[in-house]
Amino acid sequence: MRISPTKFISLLFFIFSAFYLYTAHQIVVFTFDENAPFNARTFPIYLGWAGILISGLIIILPEKIKIEVNHKHLDYKSIIYLILISIIYGAVILKIGYFLSTSLFLIASYYFLGERRWLWMFLLSFPFVAIFMFLLHGVLNIYLRDPLLQYLGIIG
Amino acid sequence: MIEGILIGLNTALSLQNIIIVMIGCFAGTIIGMLPGLGPMTAIALMIPITYGFDPASGLILMAGVYYGAVFGGSTSSILLNAPGVPGTVATAFDGYPMAQQGKAGKALAIAAYSSFAGGTISAIFLLIAAPSLSKISLSFRSPDYFALMMLGLTAVSAFSSKGQFLKAMMMVVLGLMLASIGQDSLSDISRFTFGNMNLSDGISFVLIVMATFAMSEALTIIFRGKDPNRAAKQISLTELGSIKVNKEETIKMAKTIPRSSILGFLIGVLPGAGATIASFLAYGMERNYVSDEEKEKFGKGSVHGLSAPETANNAACSGSFVPLLTLGIPGSGTTAVMLGALLGFGIQPGPRLYQTNPEIFWSVIMSMYIGMVVLLILNLPLIPYIARILAVPRNFLIPLILFFSITGIYLMSFNNFDIYLMIGIAVVATFLRLYEFPMPPLILAFVLGKLIEENLRRSLLISDGSFSFLWDRPLTLIILLITIGIVGWQIYRSLIRK
Repeated sequence: MRISPTKFISLLFFIFSAFYLYTAHQIVVFTFDENAPFNARTFPIYLGWAGILISGLIIILPEKIKIEVNHKHLDYKSIIYLILISIIYGAVILKIGYFLSTSLFLIASYYFLGERRWLWMFLLSFPFVAIFMFLLHGVLNIYLRDPLLQYLGIIG
Repeated sequence: MIEGILIGLNTALSLQNIIIVMIGCFAGTIIGMLPGLGPMTAIALMIPITYGFDPASGLILMAGVYYGAVFGGSTSSILLNAPGVPGTVATAFDGYPMAQQGKAGKALAIAAYSSFAGGTISAIFLLIAAPSLSKISLSFRSPDYFALMMLGLTAVSAFSSKGQFLKAMMMVVLGLMLASIGQDSLSDISRFTFGNMNLSDGISFVLIVMATFAMSEALTIIFRGKDPNRAAKQISLTELGSIKVNKEETIKMAKTIPRSSILGFLIGVLPGAGATIASFLAYGMERNYVSDEEKEKFGKGSVHGLSAPETANNAACSGSFVPLLTLGIPGSGTTAVMLGALLGFGIQPGPRLYQTNPEIFWSVIMSMYIGMVVLLILNLPLIPYIARILAVPRNFLIPLILFFSITGIYLMSFNNFDIYLMIGIAVVATFLRLYEFPMPPLILAFVLGKLIEENLRRSLLISDGSFSFLWDRPLTLIILLITIGIVGWQIYRSLIRK
């Protein structure tokens, strides 16, 4: 038996809702609130049941509109690269600072998306980030944490 | 009211705010022009920048971005037949054929004049309707608010579901679940945090918007990059033709604009309906009004066919601000994003906003109008140049969108957890988009989640745990009956009708 992607996603949401409902019941409320008409777990319990009901209906009822996605036309390789680069960017941004990590993130993203015009890649990374930082930090006075530039004495 | 208008004008016409609205319109036009990126993404990308402004200026920037994005969407509809936003799909019906006939400049001018006229008329309606509605809405009680929010969520689900209502409702529940993470607002009890301190304040609204719109839209564009049906169309951007509109075309527009404005505004006020429905209805209505000879031209470059949806979608944008400003309840995904931003500034929109923060209330209304003037005077002549942004390769565009999204989150919290969480939610949202699970209901539910719980809590406590509050007040009952009617109709449509 082949399950359609929509029903599969709904099945995952059904399981998620059941887990959410279980967790909602585990929320510890104050003793005096235990029998109150409304406490911290009331609304989540309603939501858990609503999730189970709606996803259950999608699973049970016939699917009138079938969504067909041709996986051959999906660019999995590029998207995996982009997600990985984004995760690495998130991991290093605090350590090596905003300026360097963002510029490297941009160059890497351009490269993995197939760009090879190095001059444009450079202009739209280091100088671009520098201008953006100046606008945020210098003009709009929005604090930008960058330990590297602080260490170098470029920003305060 | 005159005093309020003057306060609004005083704030909106300060040099700083005029520059801000110009930048907003310009940035919005560029972002809205890019196929796949709409006003919600444009506003979401601007949120981190508004942190540096006072609330009135921040909102003025967002209002400018909103109108700019709608205008930008029309540009890509006309030039590429690739609407940047659903609200401008109907614009492409006659705008694109006009562009193919070598009259792209004229089509853009008709779109700009119609948008301006529609926006002007609806801004006058907004000016009159908002204060009156604010006074009426002071009589609303918690059960009415609860019912109204349920109606808003149901209506947005119904209109954005494309016949798949249950999928949209599933996204509503997911949005409400995400909103329930963090401390309970009354008792401060932690819920669904699993001991993680990063979640104790809940998930930030900006994070959710960035993840489900900006980032997931960028990922979707890359993901579907090999799809031949979605390959970007290119036209010559050097030859747009004249932007002059002749007398005959002006007369045609003059007939279309008033009726489309009224229709657009009224549709915009309704929760959930918004610019998309307004533009399609206006297109259909206009086709019924014109002579048989004109009817034949529809779909082949008709001035009426282009002017009607453009007028209506802009009028609907103004209309959608009515429930936001007067009730504090957004009627669309875009106004939900704006509500989130308002809450971020510590401002609670609603009937009291009119009294407590008149400068914000009126300056937003005034800046909408100034935004439209800016679009007409500055953006229209610049369109041949702005349109070149459509030629920017996606290899550069996508990383820049990701960069703005991640920067927005980094500026907020300076912690890695939020970045990882955003990437995770964006990946899930990308797959959900692939199978047509709509995102606007999720955003609206997330924004309204805490308010719904609060009003349900108050209603239940007042009625001592009884659900009789749902039918005790006639207003609550009427709103709930409309909600049930929408649910019933949607289920009938999806199950019984072929």
